[in-house]
Amino acid sequence: MTGKRFWSWLAVAFGGLYFLLPLVGMFDFSMRMQRGAYSFEAYRVVLADPQFQQTFGYSVVLALLTIVLGILIVVPTAYFVRLRFPGLRPVIEFITLLPLVIPPIVIVFGYIRIYNTSSILPLTGSWWGTNILLLFGYVMLSLPYMYRSVDTGLRTIDIASLTEAAQSLGAGWARILTVVILPNVFVSVLSGAFLTFAIVIGEYVFAALLNVDSFGPYMVWMGGNRAYEPSALAVIAFAITWACMGLIQLFTSFSKFSTVRR
Amino acid sequence: MAFLDIQHLEKSFGAMHVVKDFNLGVEKGEFVSFLGPSGCGKTTVLRMVAGFETPTSGAIRIDGQDMTCLPANRRNIGMVFQAYALFPNLTVEENIGFGLKVAGEGKVAIRSRVGEMLELIGLRQLGSRYPFQLSGGQQQRVALARALAPRPQVLLLDEPLSALDAKIRISLREEIRRIQRDLGITTIFVTHDQEEALSMSDRVVVMHQGIADQVATPFEIYNRPTTRFVAQFVGTLNLLEANVVDAAAGKVLLGEVPVSLNRPLPGRTGERISLAARPEIVTLGRSDGDHVVLAGRIADVHFLGSVIRIRVAVEGGHLSLDTFNQPDRPPPSLGTPVEVSVSHRDLLVLAA
Repeated sequence: MTGKRFWSWLAVAFGGLYFLLPLVGMFDFSMRMQRGAYSFEAYRVVLADPQFQQTFGYSVVLALLTIVLGILIVVPTAYFVRLRFPGLRPVIEFITLLPLVIPPIVIVFGYIRIYNTSSILPLTGSWWGTNILLLFGYVMLSLPYMYRSVDTGLRTIDIASLTEAAQSLGAGWARILTVVILPNVFVSVLSGAFLTFAIVIGEYVFAALLNVDSFGPYMVWMGGNRAYEPSALAVIAFAITWACMGLIQLFTSFSKFSTVRR
Repeated sequence: MAFLDIQHLEKSFGAMHVVKDFNLGVEKGEFVSFLGPSGCGKTTVLRMVAGFETPTSGAIRIDGQDMTCLPANRRNIGMVFQAYALFPNLTVEENIGFGLKVAGEGKVAIRSRVGEMLELIGLRQLGSRYPFQLSGGQQQRVALARALAPRPQVLLLDEPLSALDAKIRISLREEIRRIQRDLGITTIFVTHDQEEALSMSDRVVVMHQGIADQVATPFEIYNRPTTRFVAQFVGTLNLLEANVVDAAAGKVLLGEVPVSLNRPLPGRTGERISLAARPEIVTLGRSDGDHVVLAGRIADVHFLGSVIRIRVAVEGGHLSLDTFNQPDRPPPSLGTPVEVSVSHRDLLVLAA
């Protein structure tokens, strides 16, 4: 029994060290900007940089738009696939997994070829067009996470009965989706949303190749030109991702009618 | 024309013909049960009335208005589901008020009606709870209140008691019937439980393989079943195979024993028919008058408390009979030769 415990602890300790050592090293390095002193100077410099504020703000707005568009596309799709076309589920699942299989660089090259300035739809020719293209690209990148989260949420409720109950009470599709279905998969939608947020905030390939000044290219530029600030930025990026994960847990456990507590 | 009028309703799913030429007229305020085994089409008919399935052919009219192609959300029909289907994100009050809100009623009117409904189901103190904080019986009461709140024309109950334990089922079925009578709402109740159907309904529709085999009062269904399926499905039944000796005079041969039924028989002379009798109309011992008397031996005795069910081996098969327990008369022992009597009048004749 004691032997078993020892090996269990050893495995946990090994895994912990594997994850934590590089982070501790990076954090430690980010704190040594001032010679001979341990300080948050690198963080101060990064946070005070107007370019950081601008690119981070831009990425946050884009992430929020991605989440909204993702919800508008994914929730009705996942709902109707489960309710009316269960046979299509494997097809939709396959399609939503494609962004994990096809490298983003291939996708963005495809976008540039199809929507360049000499095409019928020259989206890359204008600021708005490029942003819309980037937004659509991010929605697609978030599909594997968003669809899976929402689909898992829908699995926990009896959508057929709830839909029929709402219909018999006079509700139309819009009300059923917004008042009955969405609130009941809200925690799942949030999970997908936070994952989406974390992905979009640090995304580099799409933004760089579409020549957009977002947080991803800023981090890379910073990495190539500064010494201590990139480590501070990386720690900040990690903190944002973890905060998103923490919020998922928080919303799951605090939901008033959570299916987990039933 | 009846208040709810279903005419020549048919439903097929691909090659499967699930409902065949279903006709029914339900009067205003009537409580009608659809009774039948799983897969007999009873729920499909209910779902077509609710608007969740589209009939392959036929017509559904409520109060003279054609509902056949109307979407479910425009039919003003209340429905209670087996799995309750309460909205998990809404409180009891919000669930009950959902239909009223959809109908665009004002806040004051909604609050008053919700209060009224909570009073009706006796759960006034639980209005602010969420469905997961209620027991199964309470959830189904709320589902009933939610269906009734918008004052529907017709109430549909799809096996609402199946998921509940035996004690709650009995109390809730009495409550459903009381509420239905108080409100005078036209109701269709789907069940596979014959006790529920017989005890609650004004009329019962016994369904078999997509067909309404018999539509009648519970008394008629039990005592005068018109088909072999109804006779066998509802209640316990003794079946004895017999040969018609003289159809006009009502004479049959039960094994080697000649029996006179004293009434003309539907079959022709020489044909095989089945004689059916409920256990409670078979008596132990020889009875005088218009009785068929058969000799046999005690094959089995089941002591059920207030009732004793005795199985007697007779010519042509076995007969089960029920007698009341009497403390001074112990049940007969196995193998005892006995005589059993059945009134001619109560013997059912079914085509073999």
